[in-house]
Amino acid sequence: MNKKFFLKGFKDAIPVGLGYLAVSFSLGIACQRIGMNPFQGFLISILNNASAGEYAGIKVIEENAGIITMIAMMIVANVRYLLMSCALSQKLSPDLKLGHRLLIGFDVTDELFGLAVSCDGYLKPAYFYGAMCSSVPFWAVGTVLGIIVGNLLPQYIVSGFSVMLYGMFLAIIIPAGKKDKVVLGCVVSAFILSGLMEVIPVFSGISSGFKIIILTLIISAVAAVCFPKKEEEA
Amino acid sequence: MNTYIYILVMALVTYSIRVLPLTLIRKPIKSVFIRSFLYYVPYVTLAVMTFPAIMQTADSFIPGLFALIVGVICAWWGLGLFPVSVICCIMVLLVQLFC
Repeated sequence: MNKKFFLKGFKDAIPVGLGYLAVSFSLGIACQRIGMNPFQGFLISILNNASAGEYAGIKVIEENAGIITMIAMMIVANVRYLLMSCALSQKLSPDLKLGHRLLIGFDVTDELFGLAVSCDGYLKPAYFYGAMCSSVPFWAVGTVLGIIVGNLLPQYIVSGFSVMLYGMFLAIIIPAGKKDKVVLGCVVSAFILSGLMEVIPVFSGISSGFKIIILTLIISAVAAVCFPKKEEEA
Repeated sequence: MNTYIYILVMALVTYSIRVLPLTLIRKPIKSVFIRSFLYYVPYVTLAVMTFPAIMQTADSFIPGLFALIVGVICAWWGLGLFPVSVICCIMVLLVQLFC
C-alpha cells in the first residue's frame, strides 16, 4: 500500500523536478558569481530547497553581512513556509508520528505543498516522500550545473542566465498584482522604495540584505494594517 | 565568515520555519493582522529583491531595464514562470549584442 502511494508521489512530482532544474540552474549562476564552488552549491540547495530564500542567503554571503542578518533574512524570505506548514498541519493525521512530521517538514516548498494539499483526506507520508525523491535531487543538480556552466561561459552570457531568476520572480509577483490590487500596490511601492534606497546617499551604506528585510517588514505591515485580508482570502 | 557556517545557519532557520508548525503550532493562525502580514510578505520580498538588482547584472543598466519591462509585460499577459524567465534572458543577450 505504501509502495503504491510512494510511486504515485514520485510520478506526480516529475514535472516539478524538471521545473526545479531550470530555477536552480539560475541559482547556481548566482552562486558562481559570488565565487561559490559546486560542492557549496550542492549543499546550499540540498539543505534549503527554497528559491527566494537561497537567493537572499547568497546575497548575505556575498556581503559577508553577519549571522544575525542571515537569520533575520532567512525568516523574512521564508516566512511564507510558516503559512504553508500551518495549512499542511491540518492535512496530517493527528496521530502521525513525530518522525514523519520532521521528515515532511524538510521539504515544504510551494510546489510540493500544492501537491500535498490537493490529495484527498489526510496526507499519506509515503506519497510525500515519493514526491521528494523525484524533485529534491533535480534542485541540487541544477544548482551544481549552474555553477559549472557559469564558470565556462563568457560574462555576457552569464548575465543573461542570471536575469532568469528575476524573470521568475516577476512571473510570480506580477500576476498576483493583476489579481489583487493591494498586492500590486505593494509591488510598486517595493520597486520605488528599493530603487530610492539604492540612489539616495544616506541609505547606500546599508547592505542590500538588510534593505530587503527592512522594506519587506515595513511595506507588508502597512498593507496588513490598511488592507487586512479576511479569513477566507488570506 | 566561513561560507559553510552561513549555509548551515540558512538550513537551520529555514528548516525550523517549516517544521515548527507541523510539530508545535497545530492550530491555524487566528490574528487577522498576522495572516494578512504573512500573505503580503512573499510578494514584497520578491519585488525588493528584483528591483533594482535586475539592472545590475550586466555592465550597464540598459539590458536589465529591457528585461524588466518586457518581463513585466509578459507576466501581465499571463505567461508562466519558465517562458518569462527565458524571455528576460534573451532580452539581456540581445541588448548586450546590439548596444
